[in-house]
This record gives sequence, structure tokens and C-alpha cells, in this order.
Amino acid sequence: MNIHEYQAKEILRNYGIKTPRGKTVATPQGAVEAALDLGGEGWVLKAQIHAGGRGKGGGIRKAGSLQEVEKQASSLLGKKLVTPQTGPEGKLVRKLLVEEQISIQAELYAGVILDRSSGQAVLLASGSGGMEIEALAWERPEAICRQSLEPWGELPAHRARRVCFELGVPNEVRPRLQGALQALCRAFYQEDCTLAEINPLVVTTSGEVLALDAKMNLDENAAFRHPAWADLRDPEEEDPVELEAARYGLSYVKLNGTIGCMVNGAGLAMATMDVIKGMGEEPANFLDVGGGVNEEAVAQAFRILMSEPKVKVVLVNIFGGIVRGDVIAKGITSAASKMEVRVPLVVRLAGTHAREGKEILQSSGLRIQVADTMREAAQIAVALGRS
Amino acid sequence: MAVLVDEKTRVVVHGITGKEGGFHARQCINYGTKVVAGVTPGKGGTLWEGVPVFDTLSRAVRETAANTSLIFVPAPFAADSILEAIEEEVPLIVCITEGIPARDMLQVKAALKCSNSRLIGPNCPGVISPNKAKVGIMPGVIFQEGAVGVISRSGTLTYEIVDHLTRMGLGQSTCVGIGGDPIVGSSFADILQLFAKDPQTRGVVLIGEIGGSAEEEAAGLVKEGYPKPVAAFIAGQSAPAGKRMGHAGAIISGGRGTALEKMRALEEAGIAVAKTPESVAELVRGALS
Repeated sequence: MNIHEYQAKEILRNYGIKTPRGKTVATPQGAVEAALDLGGEGWVLKAQIHAGGRGKGGGIRKAGSLQEVEKQASSLLGKKLVTPQTGPEGKLVRKLLVEEQISIQAELYAGVILDRSSGQAVLLASGSGGMEIEALAWERPEAICRQSLEPWGELPAHRARRVCFELGVPNEVRPRLQGALQALCRAFYQEDCTLAEINPLVVTTSGEVLALDAKMNLDENAAFRHPAWADLRDPEEEDPVELEAARYGLSYVKLNGTIGCMVNGAGLAMATMDVIKGMGEEPANFLDVGGGVNEEAVAQAFRILMSEPKVKVVLVNIFGGIVRGDVIAKGITSAASKMEVRVPLVVRLAGTHAREGKEILQSSGLRIQVADTMREAAQIAVALGRS
Repeated sequence: MAVLVDEKTRVVVHGITGKEGGFHARQCINYGTKVVAGVTPGKGGTLWEGVPVFDTLSRAVRETAANTSLIFVPAPFAADSILEAIEEEVPLIVCITEGIPARDMLQVKAALKCSNSRLIGPNCPGVISPNKAKVGIMPGVIFQEGAVGVISRSGTLTYEIVDHLTRMGLGQSTCVGIGGDPIVGSSFADILQLFAKDPQTRGVVLIGEIGGSAEEEAAGLVKEGYPKPVAAFIAGQSAPAGKRMGHAGAIISGGRGTALEKMRALEEAGIAVAKTPESVAELVRGALS
């Protein structure tokens, strides 16, 4: 689960990490009031969207006067912002974070990630703040220092200190940086993050250590122990169809093609998409109905696929294990009989009770083509999609 | 021979009185697996379909000599069950549960390092050695005893590929579902090393997917010299970047973990990489003939 910069900063402040003073606003008038409130002579306006690369996309603006604050806010709010991470369609800017301008002495990078191969949480830090860490890791891996966290989420003082020395910060700044790094690790762990990143973490001209930006991804699997996450979620930033699918326990990702897919299991669902693509066509979606799929979930999945206007044909690929083919077939026929099915349907059933399932489909009177293998099903779907 | 599970496997099912745990425990027993105990706190002293139920794993292990934990406990409590099994020094722990928080797995991994237990999963279909034992949720009928070892991050895709293998007469020694989470107990490389030493296994199939670098690590191991032929399939060649594809661990992040780079790494290590799931079996037949 993604959250906004202003929310991540609020969390970091709770752990004692300093950030520039700021306010979140939704109108140009609000931006001016925020700037007046914050005082000073310079402000930064930052578009709050769930995508990175905002600087490159023009989503971060400086303003030296209140008139400029209003002008910049007007040119951002209610407009689509395109960044390297939003895709060409961009994301609508609904909120801005207005912050005091900071004079910077040094820009650093600090982030905590899950290191999948070692099964540890790891702090990454670098003196090249502002740069994308992936790019840096690729081009100059030696510029990143890595320190693992203890399994209970602490970064011991000596490891934090070592990072400070490796980054070469002045002695008078070191205790503050060390504290910020340890706090970041604590926040990562206690807030159940899968990523917690401060980029850049800056040293101001007066020697303060401030999180100028913040990014946090939260582990959806841990939502049960964080009731407050319900308020952090911004449904406007998520795809409405994906959200709806999630409510029924379906895992759905919208794609750009014309062949709708309904599959049980994530790996098989991806493989089905790959086979379609290998035949020169594009899948309209990824849809995993899950291991314990029942009639109701099949019906909902169906409705979601049919609601997508781009879909020209639907391919159902089920390998029944615990799930039985006849149950799936009944789910499909009952769902299809209750709605207008405007596109042809290709169904491949294998595994448990596949034969019974095929019989149910073939005698249903619905426009359903039954295939024996995944390849055959994909071939039929591709041909139907082109006709 | 086979690896991990066989006739000597004695299973204790954590959560045996639950709906899922009970259903699959029954399926395992029907397959011929020795399910010797169940654990459900508060139901100790009762019998579940003839299987003794205990309040604690400690007691279950002491009284039944169980040597394999099969965990169906709900996600918020599953990591604690794994830690309990590690504490009781259960040699093999298979965790089926999906949705365990990554933070809980950090603690599990740390505990595993200081133990002799091996964890398979979580978020996996389990382990099966055809005709010997099934410790998991896979449909037993599609498997056939033979010489191919299978290691996979996914469930139904494994069934698809195993089905092809079986239809071509290529039976399996053991099939291991290592799980679809970002942090799992055993990696491709770990299980490859077991298959290397198993006399029944003559070749290995890796079924990978986008996200992480477990496939690249496996490629590294094979490149150093692996005694048996290896074939692979990687799911997610058409997956977009930055989107989680069903499995918690199946995500291309920061441009890394793509199917293409994994396929390239495997090919460079001399592994035969299939373009489609059904061609895996043909590659295996070619390598073993």
C-alpha cells in the first residue's frame, strides 16, 4: 500500500525525524494561506500523488512571493501530472504540500528495504542524495553503504555511526544523522513498511538534519495490526476496478490489451498472459481468482471483466486442484445467464472434475468454446479477438 | 530416495481442526501420508478423525515423534507457529499460509539461522514425493513417481507443468513449492543442492516468476557446476513494472526482477529455458534422453 509524502513525513516526525515545516492544501487560496502561516520568503509546492519522479515531471515548484505561490498552485492543482513513473496518462493532482524553503549544505540518501535474499531488513545510505537509488546501485554500487537491522528492527548505534563516518559528515552533524538513521529503521519496522525512504535527507546550512522528501510503502499483509491505515489509504490514487476486485478477494491488474483473462493462481495467470503475448496479442488484465475460488467469486470476476469496454474475448484458464471443474463451470454458467455476455468466451478446464465441468459448459446453450489445453484456448481466444 | 518427504515422514498438522487444515489433512492421509498428530490450542486430548490433537506442539512431538510440521494457521498467527516448530527442533516445517507480514518473516529467518530446521514456504502448495508422501495441498493424482525434481514459486502453474511431465511419462522424484512471498524459508538454490545429492533425481525443473533474484542466485549455483541437467520456465514475461502480480513477491521494482533478465541469467548458466509452460516437459525429455 502506497501513502503520500505528507503522510510519510507525519509518521517520521512521530519517530523524532525532523522535516521542513509544511501544510497540506487542496486549493490555490489554501496554498497562499499556508505560505502566510509558515512565514519566511520562499516556499516549495509539492504535488501529492502516488508516483515518484515528481521533480522531473514538474511537480515540485519553488515560489518566492505569495503571488507566485498562487500561480504555481493554480498550475498544479486539478491538472494531470506526468512523471517518469505515472505513465503517459499522468495523475491528477488533488493536494499540494506547501513547505518552507530550506537552505541546504549536503544531500544524502537513506532508505530501508527488505533484502529478499538474506531475509533481513537493510539500511542503504549514500552521499548522493536526490539520485534514484536503483540507478545509483547499478552505476556506482560502491557509493552505497549497507547495514542490516537486527531482526527486532533496531539499527545498533555502532552500525549507524559507521554509516555516518562512511558518508563523511562533519563531527558536529554526526549525532543528529545517527539519530535520524536509527529512527528511520525503527519506523520501517514498527510501521510494517516494505520500503521507507528519505531522498534526499539533507544537512541544512545550520547543521540540522531534515527529511526533505519521504516515501513509504506499507505491507498490506500487516494491515490487521494497524487500524489507522484505513485513514491513510487514498482511494482516489488507486484504480477503482482493482479496488473493487480486492474487495472480493480477487487479485486484478488492468493492462492495455483486448483479451480478458480469468485464471486460478498467480503463476498460471502470468503464464497465460505470456502465452497470449507470445501469439502477438495483448492481455486486457491479470486476474487471479485465488486457490479457494467459489461460484460467487467466479461471478464477480466475470462481471469485472465484462465491465471493461476494451475486452473483445474472455479466456478462462482453470487448473483444478482442490477447486473442482464442475464448480467453476456452474459459476460461469450461472454468472453468464444473469448478464448480457457481449463477447465470446473460451474456457479451458483441467484437473479435478474437468470432464464434468466441460459437459456443463457444452450443454449450457451459452456462446462458450471449450478447449483442452492452455495453448489451444489461447489460440482460439486470439483468433476470436482478431475477427 | 527423493528429498524432504518420504515414507518416514510423520506429519503434525498445525490448525488441524480448522476448515482448511482439516480438509487438507484428510487429503494427505488419503494419499498415504502419515499424519500422526494435530495441534489446536484448547482442543488437546480430543481426536480429529482418529488423529490425536494436542494443545502444544511440544507435547505432540514428544508423544508422537512427529518430524514434519504442516502449518495452516491464519496469517496473523502463522509466524508464531513456525517459531514454535523451530523451538521444538522439528526438522522440516512446511507453511501453506498466505499473507504473513514480511516483518514476521524477518524474525523467522533469524530464528532459522540458529537452528537445524528447514522451512518450506510460506504461501506455497507444499512438498510431494509421489507414491511416498504428500505434505501440502496439491492434487495428488497428477503426480507420478519418477526422476524429475521440481522447484517452484507458484501453485497452479506447477500443476500445469507437472501434468505435462506426467503425460509424457516423466515422473517426479519430489516437487517442492518454495512459495510466492518476498521472504521464504528455502530458495531455489537450497533445494537444488538437495536434488544434486538425491540418487532418484536425474534432472531438475525450476519454475520461477518475476520479482527478487532467487532465479539469478540459482543460475549462479548451476554455473559453478551442477551435476544434473536443469530446465526452467519464468512466468511474467508480459507483466508490467511496479505492479504486484497476485503473489506478494511477484513485482518488478526499480526496473529489476524482470522475466527477461532472469531468463538470460539462467541461459548463461547453461539452463534450458522454455518459452511456454508446455515446452518445459519437452526440454526435460531432451535433456534426460
